[in-house]
Order: sequence, then C-alpha cells, then structure tokens
Amino acid sequence: MEFKGRDIISIRDFSKKELLYILSIAKRIEKNKNPILLKNKLAALLFYEPSTRTRLSFASAIKRLGGNTIGFAKGEVTSLKKGETLWDTIKMVEQYSDVIIIRHAIEGAARLAAEAASVPVINAGDGANQHPTQTLLDLYTIQKEKGKLENINIGFLGDLKYGRTVHSLAIALSHFNARMFFISPSALKMPQHYLDELKQKKIKFTEVQNLSKVSKQLDVLYATRIQQERFPDPVEYEKYKNAYRLDKSILENSKKNMIIMHPLPRVGEIDPELDETKNAVYFKQAGNGIPLRQALLALVLGKIK
Amino acid sequence: MRETKKELKVPAIKEGTVIDHIPSRVTFKVMRILDLREFNHTVSVAINLKSKTLGKKGIIKVSNRFLTEDEVNKIAILAPNATVNIIKNYEVKEKIKVSLPDEIHNIIKCSNPNCITNNEKVKTLFHVLNKSPLQVICHHCERVMESKDITLI
Repeated sequence: MEFKGRDIISIRDFSKKELLYILSIAKRIEKNKNPILLKNKLAALLFYEPSTRTRLSFASAIKRLGGNTIGFAKGEVTSLKKGETLWDTIKMVEQYSDVIIIRHAIEGAARLAAEAASVPVINAGDGANQHPTQTLLDLYTIQKEKGKLENINIGFLGDLKYGRTVHSLAIALSHFNARMFFISPSALKMPQHYLDELKQKKIKFTEVQNLSKVSKQLDVLYATRIQQERFPDPVEYEKYKNAYRLDKSILENSKKNMIIMHPLPRVGEIDPELDETKNAVYFKQAGNGIPLRQALLALVLGKIK
Repeated sequence: MRETKKELKVPAIKEGTVIDHIPSRVTFKVMRILDLREFNHTVSVAINLKSKTLGKKGIIKVSNRFLTEDEVNKIAILAPNATVNIIKNYEVKEKIKVSLPDEIHNIIKCSNPNCITNNEKVKTLFHVLNKSPLQVICHHCERVMESKDITLI
C-alpha cells in the first residue's frame, strides 16, 4: 500500500483496507514506544483556528519520533491579517517543511492546501467538515477497547447536526457493518444526506431522542459537545446545551462493558464521576491520538511502507 | 424551405443548434451558461411553451453555432432532459440527448458560504453522486447539494 506523499484530507479518501492498515501501523508504533522515524524531518503546524488537543498531540507525535516543528497558532497569524491567501501561504510553507498540518475554520481549506502543496498535507480539522485524524483515532480506540471493529452497536449522542466527528466516524464505521443509534434533540439530528448515504450502504440505524430507549443495546456510546461556535443564535445554544448530560446512572441501564467515548473538550456533557469507571475511555482516546498520528506521519513521509 | 409541420413558435434556422425541452424557468440560465448574450449571430428564445412532459418548456435556437461536448454536458446540469439538435441546411442532422458529466468544473457555486471556494479565488469542482435526482458533492467542503441548491457562478 502506497502512502508516501499522500494527503490525509477526508475519511472518504480511504478504503476499508487502508483504514485497517493505518490502524495496524499505529499499533506497531505504540508497541515499539517512539521509534526514531522522523529524524531531520520538519513539520509545519498551521493552526488558523484554536485547538489544544490536536495541536499538542501532533507536536508531541512528531517530536517523540525525533522530528521537529515550525508553525503558528491562532493569534500569531500575521500575514493572514495582511490578507495573504491560503494558497500563497502554502506555496511558501511547502518550501520550509516536509509535511504540512493544517487546521482552518473554512471548510475545504485543507483540500485546497493539498492542491497547492507538493509536500503531504494532513487535515487537522476544516470547519464543520472533516477531521480525519480524529476519526482514525476513534476507530483505533474502538478496536483497542472492544477487540474488533466489525458489527459494533454504537450510539452517537448530542449534536449530530454540526458534529463533524460524528459524521466522519459514521461514514468510517459503515465499512464495518456497525449498527448505529442516533440520539439527539430533533433540531440537532443527523443531516439527511448522511442518513441517505448509510441507507445506500445498507447500514442499519435508528434515530431516537431518548438515550434510555436504546442504551442497553450499545457497545459504544459516543458523546459529543454541543458547540457554541456552530450556533448563530445564543438562545438556541442555551436551549440544547444541557439536553444530554451523562452521569453514573447511565451505567445501570447499559451493558457492563459499554465504553463511553468523547472527542473532548467536554463542557458538562459527562459528569466527572464517570471518569474513574472502566467504561470511561475518553482520556485514553485522546492519548491514542499520539500513536495514530505517528503512524500517519511515518506513512506519508515514507518512513514506513 | 421545408414544409411547415406545425406552427413554429420560433423561426427555423438554417445552420446551428436547437436546444429543446428545457424547463421554462432555467431557459435563461442555459443562455448564460453558453454565453449567448455575447454571441454575434441570431439567438431566438421562447419560454412557457406547452410541453407534455415538462408542463412549460423553453427552446433556444442559435444560428451558426455548434456546441462542444463540454457545453452539451453543462446544459445537463440545469436541464437534464434537454435535447440538442444540430441543424444543417434546415434539417436536423443529429439529435443529442444531454448527459451529466461525472465531474462539474467551475460552473456551479457551492451553497456553503463557509466553503473555501466562496472565500478565496478557487475554481469549483463538484462530483456527481447521483444523476436523477441530481445530487453533487463539493470537492472542497464536501457539502452535498441537490438541484434546488444549485446556482451558477
């Protein structure tokens, strides 16, 4: 499988075989504990939008493999204020680095960056569209915790309308015959075209408003934050923010080994009392971002074949 | 001249192209796609003609112009059931049924205001997911659009 030079822009760009291959490399890297694969490699981290986890996770992944980083986080973007186009910025940065990692508030920005750049581009989130490394680390977490990816019963909870992690994970899991439950208030339902796509792929799904109706069937509960920045109207945001809050009572009404995932940050969706339970895997999930991103970097830079 | 079949709503042309079975409401958009306002020869247009299949249809007759395959396919985006007749010496020489291309380059606009193509000077590209009913996905932001969402650049 050829990954050298490839861009990582959207989960839709990968076949089932390729997804499994990336996960297998992540597993191998995690076992070997930070092999020095990226010596003399320089990654540009272009973060036009705020991010803590993703930015630190990428920086850590690169540095632990012996590579180095340049870049900026929001607030330091000087030439952008001067009105430089993304295209022009990338044309410059591609000459400064071996790989470009970009987060941008505008959807499609990463795809455009990949068109501009001759070095590989990794999408670290483009607006409400894609965040493929998150999806891959979610798959990696499910595989690690459940021992498989096939035939999982998964419940997606919260903001399914704007939550890009949900959209991408649902598409990714459609390769693995998942049974899906979409649990959300009616105003934050999964967009119709995603449901159409799942139907086409013969994936069984159910839409409900109450978690208690389906919780007993779940192997994985994937909770999401209701994101304030996606709501133009603050009144709407207040209405839905507390709609789905998880606490220990969920464990009384679910399978013993159900895992609770969350892309983080959480803002009250999960009571900290759940943190110590073996069901809560969201912090481990964030940690899984390291081997997964290391695998992708090593692959696109041709250090692992 | 040939014998008159029926009353012609639009004068016949000697050489050129007749685009028929256009839904009435998109007739002027088809004109725009083909840049016919800027064209040097006669262009005759009729709209709101009676049509069994479309209800109201439009028809465009362009003298001295023959469309490229690319142009024919562009028409399909707006008028999937249109027919393109090539006229030579008042006779229909060829009848082409328009067909949607798999990719639509720089003709339609993304309906997502937050798409990079609406924020930076970028040529748009859409992949056709489904031809009937029409469903396209933006190459950049992955917004899925249907006929009703489609506007021209």
